[in-house]
Amino acid sequence: MMLYLRLFWEFFKTGLFAVGGGMATIPFLYDMADATGWFTRNDVANMIAVGESTPGPIGVNMATYVGFVTGSNMGGPLFAVLGAAVATIGLVTPSIIIILVIASFLNSFRDNKLVDSAFYGLRPASTGLIAAAGLSVVVSNLFFFEGFLSPEIVNWKGWALAVVLWVLTNKVKQTKKLHPILFILASAAAGIVFGM
Amino acid sequence: MKEPSNNEKRRETNPMNIYADLFLTFAKVGVMTFGGGYAMLPILQREVVDNKGWATEEELMDYFAIGQCTPGVIAVNTATFIGQKNKGVPGGILATLGVVFPSLVIISLLAGVITAFSHLAWVSHAFGGIRVCVCILILNAVVKLLKKAVIDVPTAILFAAVALGSYFTPLSPVVFVVAAGAAGIVLRSLGVGK
Repeated sequence: MMLYLRLFWEFFKTGLFAVGGGMATIPFLYDMADATGWFTRNDVANMIAVGESTPGPIGVNMATYVGFVTGSNMGGPLFAVLGAAVATIGLVTPSIIIILVIASFLNSFRDNKLVDSAFYGLRPASTGLIAAAGLSVVVSNLFFFEGFLSPEIVNWKGWALAVVLWVLTNKVKQTKKLHPILFILASAAAGIVFGM
Repeated sequence: MKEPSNNEKRRETNPMNIYADLFLTFAKVGVMTFGGGYAMLPILQREVVDNKGWATEEELMDYFAIGQCTPGVIAVNTATFIGQKNKGVPGGILATLGVVFPSLVIISLLAGVITAFSHLAWVSHAFGGIRVCVCILILNAVVKLLKKAVIDVPTAILFAAVALGSYFTPLSPVVFVVAAGAAGIVLRSLGVGK
C-alpha cells in the first residue's frame, strides 16, 4: 500500500515538473531510479525504447512501464497492473488539474507576460535536463566503466552503431524521416548479430 | 459501451453517449499515436476536428501550444482541454483516461513478456543494441529542442548550467525546473533576454 502511494507521488511530481512533453520525463525517471531503487538506470534506457516503439504518448508509456515493473516486484501480475495504473494516473493528475484551471482563463494565460518569462527560463532548463540524462545513457552504454581490468573500455561496436544511426537519422534524405521504431528494431537486430 | 457509429458525420446527442464517445475517440487517438508530441497532431486533426467537430483547427493549435508549455505529457494536456471544452470537468477526465487506456493495456502485456524473456542472452543483446539507438534518439531530440530553447546568451548559459548541474550533482530535476522558471522571470524583468 505504501509503495503504491509512493509510486503515485513520484509520478505526480514528474507530471507536475516535466515541462515539454514525453522526453522531459526522462530526467525524472533517472532521479527516481537513484532515489527509490525500483529499477536501474539501464532499465530506464530500455523503457525509453519500449515507450517509443509502442502506441501511445511516450511519457505515458514510460510511466506505465515503470509502474508495472515496480508493482511486479511486490507480487503477481495483478500487483503489476495495479502499479501500472497507479503510476499512469499519478502522471496525468497534475495535467488534469492544471489544464482545467488554465481552460477557465485560456486567453489571459497565453498572453501573460509572467508566464511567458517563466518559460523563457524553463525551456533551456528542460533541454539541459534531457541532455544530462542523455549523457548518462551514453556513458553507461558506450563505455564499460566496470571493466577496467579488461583491455576494452570503449564499446566500439556501440559507437559504430551510434555513428551509423546518427548519419541515417540526420544526413540521409531517404531515411531521416523514417519512424524511430524502425531504427529501434534495426538496432535490436544489430545487437543480436554483433553480440552487443 | 458500444463503438460509436462509423458514420463520421453523425453527431452524438444522447448525453451518456458523448462521454463514451469522448473516451473511445481518445482511446483511438492513443492507439494511433506513436511517440507522442507532434506525431499525434495529424491524428487529432482528423478525429477531433474533421470527424467529431469538437474543436476548430485554431482551437486545436492553441490547445497544443499550451499543452507544450505546461507541465505534463502534451497528448494528455490536449485531451484534457478538448474533453473539458465539450463536457466540463468529467469530460476532461474521461478524455484523459481514454488517451492513456491503450498504453496501460499494451505496456502491461508487453512488460510481462519482456520480464519473462530478459534473462535470455539474445534478448539482452537486442536491448544492448536498442540502448545505443536510444542515445541517438535523445541526442536528436536535444538538438531539436535546443533550436527553440536556446535563443540568446542567457538561455545558452541556463542550458549549460542545468545540464552540468544535473549531471554532476544529485539534485532533483524539480530544483532546476523551479530555479529556471524563477531565473526566467528575473532575467526578463531586468530587461535581459529576448
